[in-house]
Amino acid sequence: MARPASRLTSPSAPDRVQHGTQHGTRRGTRRSISRSARLRPHAFGAALAALMVAALAACTAGSTAQDPSASPGAARTDVTIAVGAEPVNLDFTTTSGAAIPQLLMNNVYETLVKIDQDGSLVPLLATSWDVSDDRTQYTFHLRQGVTFSDGRPFTADDVVASFDRVRTDWLNAIKGKMDVVASTEKVDDATVRVTLSQPSNAWLFNLGTSVGAIFPATLDFDLKTAAVGTGPYEVTQVRQGDRIVLAGRDDYWGGPARLTTVTVRYLTDTTAAVNALRAGDVDMLFNSATGDQVRQLAGNAAFQVVEGTSTGDVLLSFNNRTAPFDDVRVRQAFAYAIDRQAVMDTASAGYGTLVGAMVTPQDPFYEDLTGVHPYDPDKARALLAEAGQQNLRVTFDVPNLAYATTAAELIVSQLAEVGVTATISTLEFPAVWLDKVFTRHDFQMSVIQHSEANDMLTVFHRDYYLGYDDSVIAPIAARADAGTPEEFVTGMKQVARQIVDDAGGVVLYLAPTLIVADKGLTGIAANAVTESMDLTTLAWTS
Amino acid sequence: MRRQVGWLAGQFVATLALASALVFLVLRVLPGDAAVVALGVNATPEALARWRAEHGTDRPLLAQYGDWMGGLLRGDFGTSFVTGHDLTTLIADRVQVTLILVGLGMLLAVLVAVPLGTIAAVTHRSAWGTVIAGASQVGVAVPNFLVGVLLVSFVAVHVGWLPAGGWTPPAVDPAGFWRHAILPAVSLGTVQAAVMTRYVRSAVLEVMREDFLRTARAAGHTRTSALVRHGLRNAGVPVVTVVGVQLAAMLVGAVVVERVFVVPGLGSLLVDSVQQRDLQAVQSIVVVLVALVVVVNFVVDLLYTVLDPRLRVAR
Repeated sequence: MARPASRLTSPSAPDRVQHGTQHGTRRGTRRSISRSARLRPHAFGAALAALMVAALAACTAGSTAQDPSASPGAARTDVTIAVGAEPVNLDFTTTSGAAIPQLLMNNVYETLVKIDQDGSLVPLLATSWDVSDDRTQYTFHLRQGVTFSDGRPFTADDVVASFDRVRTDWLNAIKGKMDVVASTEKVDDATVRVTLSQPSNAWLFNLGTSVGAIFPATLDFDLKTAAVGTGPYEVTQVRQGDRIVLAGRDDYWGGPARLTTVTVRYLTDTTAAVNALRAGDVDMLFNSATGDQVRQLAGNAAFQVVEGTSTGDVLLSFNNRTAPFDDVRVRQAFAYAIDRQAVMDTASAGYGTLVGAMVTPQDPFYEDLTGVHPYDPDKARALLAEAGQQNLRVTFDVPNLAYATTAAELIVSQLAEVGVTATISTLEFPAVWLDKVFTRHDFQMSVIQHSEANDMLTVFHRDYYLGYDDSVIAPIAARADAGTPEEFVTGMKQVARQIVDDAGGVVLYLAPTLIVADKGLTGIAANAVTESMDLTTLAWTS
Repeated sequence: MRRQVGWLAGQFVATLALASALVFLVLRVLPGDAAVVALGVNATPEALARWRAEHGTDRPLLAQYGDWMGGLLRGDFGTSFVTGHDLTTLIADRVQVTLILVGLGMLLAVLVAVPLGTIAAVTHRSAWGTVIAGASQVGVAVPNFLVGVLLVSFVAVHVGWLPAGGWTPPAVDPAGFWRHAILPAVSLGTVQAAVMTRYVRSAVLEVMREDFLRTARAAGHTRTSALVRHGLRNAGVPVVTVVGVQLAAMLVGAVVVERVFVVPGLGSLLVDSVQQRDLQAVQSIVVVLVALVVVVNFVVDLLYTVLDPRLRVAR
């Protein structure tokens, strides 16, 4: 059973600007100063001028995207998008973090199959595929006339090499999604046969995510700093801490790209992003403004607000291994004590979707489980009394991300209503949170967004940081994955239901994908069904 | 004089050596594992071990420090843990941006502060002098980032004259460079101008009480011409010092201003690198910052010995 990995991200988490006081103190000069008249008055000026000239002269020429001056009447062909989290490099095979596949998947790298906006699988680099009767052999018929951005033709060799490298070269833990693959063989240039060690319903879906990305068979470039894919865009410039520029390909197999230049500017501070949009420096904010800011911008006639779903579950996580959360009654009490609608209203300005389990509405096995633990403080108090925990004190480890700290404050006050004293301890994200909560499991309760698609089984695995006892769900999940598509849906519904009943963690809400864009933009793919920010249909109408 | 320079150069090297050792040690006791941050959640123990071996973070501290210092002495900062970029070019790029900002801000501050401070001193008994002194007092108390935020909201967002943030290297597009550089330079410069105005004012006030000014007046100069011909030169000595001290302070201020205006300078790089536990990058950036501050102080000290013969006696 392939265990998809989970990712944690800080979408548009504004870095705190440190309000350090600015050296406004009057410092005395450090020595008694001569009053001799031997001063050369130009010494300082010359020194400063030299400093500046040196700095200016040393400036290396880079290349920046210049707005091509559109001829009158013609639609613009360049777009600038503000995104919060910057990829640390371009190599998602060895580096985790949703920012890299967010930019590169679909736009630069493509997969055999694609997960479309409503969650169904559609052909991409494979035009069709056949599945053997025992559902362990997949034969993919590859699209013809496809080239990589450096001109190399796309063939079966590239698929075989890409799939094999997941096992041999990838360091990113999502490589586990391909563990079920026994072998990948080239039948001919246009056909690839993949043999699985056991049937897997999840695997084909996983092929539509970054683990299924097709690279050239020969990697003669540094994956950290360059990207060679078959998608409509190619990376032409990376200015770390600032922007990544994509250029549209004229030789894309699906016809010339709709835009000549896509500039993605990384603005960690949401206020800076909103200012950039209002000043006309950027045309679109992709999840780079807070819910409150989006509500304000929605009233502005120059912009359109598009809300889609995402795969990011904001999860209140319990340490199931230790007291008090090793008692199911305490966990259920917390689930009843929290008014999730109020949390979503506060932390995300009401944008988002209330879900009971870590299953998105696009998943085939989705069902509404929000009614399992409705907001019911009386029931919470009763359960706590039953567990002998009327005066419970817990420590709440909260990462220093905007949505998390906001949600945490409200959760603390809701818990106080039922007699629980929760003390917030703020942890720097990612480094400290990962070390304390994630690696050392040294926590009682935390809150974080899990952004990976299909990560329910990852998060509720016994070895994961929640320490959820998966002895009931693991066999059900394994049977579901190996069964028929119908058995898969039935089984996964059972798994989700079991996890919600156990209250292994509380899904507060499913984070929205919030896009604010210039009115003239069309083809905005709002639903982030994978980590990808899909720009392939984006264009200007006017 | 030569002994003086030798003494200062010795101090310079000692400061850098001490700073590098301190930074290295402090970073190693920070909570958080660079390998986990780089490889993320669910990285297998094997992958983590492989990463640590690749980046040398599993070696003894002394060996790691030796590697890094060896590189530094060759002028090689090594490779970033996380991004894989060559740190030498990256830091060189970012230093230019920060120096340009600080230089422009300081130039602006001096251009504003010298005339204003002088006027404030000459008219210190009148309303004008009081107004300037009061305004500079207020200016000193305003943090850089606040000036920045106000500038963005008025000049960029409401009026739309200038971009709200970002950066264009001057070599690429001079016009674009100035459009991007003006606001951050102004927010760095205004606070500095206020600080400097106070220094200039007190320096000029002190000079105005000097005997040689009275002598010059007696020789037929008006008060203004006496001040311009003789006074300002002398008042310049403490002002040079202040410029030195404040340049170092502005490097720190630039970190915040770069954040507000999304300028890819050394400050933003430092903040990002700390968050990613990119230790190799952090320690190199800090050493560069320390070096810049030390160089500024070194130059100021040297200027003193040039300006003031009495400081040349052996210590």
